[in-house]
Amino acid sequence: MKRFFSWGNDLHSGKTSIPFVGRAKLWLLIAGGFVIVSLLIPVFNGFNLGIAFTGGSEFQVTNTEDVSKSTGVEAVTEVVPTAEPSVVPTSDTSVRVSTAQLTDEQMQLVREALIGAYGVSNEDVTSTFIGPTWGQDVTEKMLRALVIFVAIAMVVMALYFRTWKMSLAAIVGLFVVMIVTMGIYAATGFEVTPEAIIGFLTVLSFSLYDTVVVFDKIRENTENFQENRRMKFSELVNLGINQTVVRSINTSIISVLPIAAILFIAVFLLGAGTLLDISLALFVGTIVAAVSTLFVASPMYALLRGREPDVQEQEAAVEEYRSSHGLPDRAPVLFEEFEPGKV
Amino acid sequence: MSAPVNKPRPGLRFTWLGILTAFLVALIAGGTIWSSATWAPKLALDLEGGTSIILEPQVEDAAITQEQLQQAVAIIRQRVDATGVSEAEITTQGNRNIVVNLPGNPDEETRDLVRSSAQLTFRRVAAVSGPEPQSEQEPTQEETPAGPELSEEDQQRLDELLGGGDEAPPAEQPPADGEAPPAGQAPAGDDPAQGGEDAANAGGAVAGPTVPGPAGQNGEQQQEDAEAPAEDGEAPAEDGEAPAEDASETETFPRFDPMTDMSWMTEELITAFAELDCTDPENRTGGDSGPDDEPIVACAQDGSAKFVLGPVELDGSHVTDASFGYEMSSTGTQTNNMAVTLEFDDYGADVFGQITGAITGQQPPYNQFAIVLDGLVLSAPQSQTPVTDGKAQITGDFTQEEAETLANQLKNGALPISFQVQSEQQISPTLGSDYLAMGLLAGGIGLLLVVVYSLIQYRALGLVTVSGLLVVGVLTYLLLLLVSWRYGYRLSLAGVAGIIIGIGMAADSNIVYFERVRDELRSGRKLVSAVEIGWQRARRTIFASKAVNMLAAVILYVLAVGSVRGFAFTLGLTVIVDLLMIVLFVHPMLQVLARTRFFGHGHPMSGMDPRQLGVKPEAYRGALGLDLEKAKEKSAKRGSFKEAKKRQAVAERRSAAQSGTSIAERKAARTAAGSTSTAVLEVDDALDSESVPGNSESGNSAAATDGPSSDVAGAEHGGVRSSGDHEERELSLAERKARRRRGQQQTETGGVDES
Repeated sequence: MKRFFSWGNDLHSGKTSIPFVGRAKLWLLIAGGFVIVSLLIPVFNGFNLGIAFTGGSEFQVTNTEDVSKSTGVEAVTEVVPTAEPSVVPTSDTSVRVSTAQLTDEQMQLVREALIGAYGVSNEDVTSTFIGPTWGQDVTEKMLRALVIFVAIAMVVMALYFRTWKMSLAAIVGLFVVMIVTMGIYAATGFEVTPEAIIGFLTVLSFSLYDTVVVFDKIRENTENFQENRRMKFSELVNLGINQTVVRSINTSIISVLPIAAILFIAVFLLGAGTLLDISLALFVGTIVAAVSTLFVASPMYALLRGREPDVQEQEAAVEEYRSSHGLPDRAPVLFEEFEPGKV
Repeated sequence: MSAPVNKPRPGLRFTWLGILTAFLVALIAGGTIWSSATWAPKLALDLEGGTSIILEPQVEDAAITQEQLQQAVAIIRQRVDATGVSEAEITTQGNRNIVVNLPGNPDEETRDLVRSSAQLTFRRVAAVSGPEPQSEQEPTQEETPAGPELSEEDQQRLDELLGGGDEAPPAEQPPADGEAPPAGQAPAGDDPAQGGEDAANAGGAVAGPTVPGPAGQNGEQQQEDAEAPAEDGEAPAEDGEAPAEDASETETFPRFDPMTDMSWMTEELITAFAELDCTDPENRTGGDSGPDDEPIVACAQDGSAKFVLGPVELDGSHVTDASFGYEMSSTGTQTNNMAVTLEFDDYGADVFGQITGAITGQQPPYNQFAIVLDGLVLSAPQSQTPVTDGKAQITGDFTQEEAETLANQLKNGALPISFQVQSEQQISPTLGSDYLAMGLLAGGIGLLLVVVYSLIQYRALGLVTVSGLLVVGVLTYLLLLLVSWRYGYRLSLAGVAGIIIGIGMAADSNIVYFERVRDELRSGRKLVSAVEIGWQRARRTIFASKAVNMLAAVILYVLAVGSVRGFAFTLGLTVIVDLLMIVLFVHPMLQVLARTRFFGHGHPMSGMDPRQLGVKPEAYRGALGLDLEKAKEKSAKRGSFKEAKKRQAVAERRSAAQSGTSIAERKAARTAAGSTSTAVLEVDDALDSESVPGNSESGNSAAATDGPSSDVAGAEHGGVRSSGDHEERELSLAERKARRRRGQQQTETGGVDES
């Protein structure tokens, strides 16, 4: 822990510096690679869409001793031959049976068959029927919510930071999170359910939240940067990111801990369901979001601003100052290199 | 940025927090005693078990309007309430869907009922009676032979048997007729328009807003229509069995005449009618409109009467509009009676004209037609005059509200509403409680992990996080109880997830704040001022980031459907509670703690130990004034801190000018000087900085020359700070550095000191 502390201190002073901005192009290139892969995976792999999107019927049997697939398949096909059941054990005591869309009568038949086959009581069976258009409806609503959220968030951030470039960089980071998370879902075949979508949307909110915290520090560091002769704009940005790294790590860990707890419970005790879907999406997304803020949104901002004339002017001025004072052309370390005798 | 902070008053913030909590507790305690509040939030179906059906109401060839959606909700509510299912929840969702949540595992019948479609129809009335069953006087079927040859007398007898006649009411049911007007609906026999009518027809009178019929007094509607089929009751050709043919214009209406066509007097129907008990809400569930081409028995929607109705004569799709207003009298003046006006399309006008033409003047109840919605009779007005222009007026003893309701029902019920099941979920109660237990367990474990991590990272300061989270927990719980009580909010599993995640984010606000305080400590500030300055900066960040969170929660809540909303709600709730926590609890707590020896002097376990934060011990001691006593002595000698500040600023300006500083530096110095007067700082903190040993800048200034300037390592920074602690908040890093340089240059130039 001591080491973590002193690492944090060094990051704060600039003694240790992770070249978030210095290697901006590298990070963005890597991010771009992930994005492209994430976009390609669904093309070949497709998403494992839950019945909420495809329509169909689903039964969840709990408190059963027997979780074998064949029991369920036989029970279902016996009463409804056309049901095309797929049975997945979701934990030691529960199974999930998905079928094609059944009529209400068939639902009841299957329900009773499952109760008999797995030797459980009526109370232990949960059944879900999703009509064919429901998923489409949900998707449409979600997309609309997403677009509106991104648009409003962009305006709010542009107003708050007083530069649209920060806003743009944050949104770029957001899109990377979105696409990479979707790519992970497609690659791993995690089921996409409305609950996963909830988690996903939360991740977007978390991602922006995280970015705002880091950008706030950058904004503070780069205020009146034009008059600074000690550090270049890009170095100020980089210092800001480094100074918030410890916070980012702590935040991510603290956010991920409860999520991990839910995930653990969901995987080992509860089996598939709302909790698993939400926590899985959050778990994946939170980590991606934290990384994206540091390695995508922030470097992107530095790059966006780097072309501005006054930034270039300032950087040139700093270089000039450094050469005239015999300083190396790198960011100085706070508290150490400012000591009077050293110059 | 923010206005200068006054002397911290943590007590005040704690008080507000206390008041808020006490208020919520008192409110809910009061609620439990005098109202329906509970100490545990109501649970949603996924935690409690039950059936949730999401329906999309559909009307033919058209998008559903808000009004139709409301009508659909009303229809379903009527159906569900009537089945006696308690705690059913019927809500609309996203302008398009209706969510029906039923506790437990409702039977097939109930679920079918919810899904069946509803339509407005017009039928002729064959018999009417009070709502009670006539079981004790079971009409013997032999006495009521079904056949067209039934005489007027027989008819009369039948009416009597059915409890309709006031001459011979069944013993137990004296009020079956005129004397028992249903509340809210038109009273029976006292309707003036009916004065001359046969009082024996109890049903007609009870049947709803009894009507003197469309256009009874309305001049413009009174033109007799020569084409109207013969008024003569015997004339209508169609008999009960035949009307299923397509509604071609050649067909004549009414299709059915109860006077002559005795097909309705079947054994089952009579028995069903006699036994029907419309006082029992279970029989008023609606949902079953019955076969269109056969007679049915039906209850009035309010349970005030029961009817035998003929086949459907006309369906609601021919109603183009319905409105309500004051009845116009025959002289064209407005009366005080409410009336509902119906408008038909061409076909509807034609049919309706024929029907009214045929039934007007017949004896009750044969002159009545029933408006049936979803198998329940909304109204069964008597026809006063044939209506041939497609505009019928229903008058009666309506209140305005009743008239409005009826008009809306007529208007929105015009198209058949069918319900498509979008999703149906039956959740077993055992699974629900499992989920809840597991969700809580997960929350507990998650919280524990957060606590452990906080303690490792922030040592004793982690306890502030932990107690802060407790505050969040308590406030969130109280608010949940409040919304659960006042707004019927139900906590779902997604909601639980929202809370757990929200609490995780609440911990994050603490981290942002603590890290800021640490930053300030690293800069060499003393804890008391580091807390203030750190707060000033962290506050902005926290507010901005929480705003983004809130934005997401609100947008999700407004736009999303289903479980997403429950999630968004608790997420938004925790954002608010989180802000309350950080403002009213964590910050004042730090203010208090900063004054304790344990934290203020940087105990290694306090989490705010400057040594661990990379501030060198000697610098810390110097910069942060562990030699407080000495500083106090000095300050006592030298007078006020403010004075010292001013002098310092003046000295700074001069020295800056002399050493040929850059514009930026001069500006920084100006800023320093200019804002001195608004200095806000802990006095002892200021003293500390004044007494910094070896502070090159202070050394130059007149204010605080103290000790040899040899010990510069790290302390230099503290010295810079001393030039005006408050405005540091507003200075950029650049400026700070500029000033640092000034110090250097002064050293280079030999440290001018003209005081």
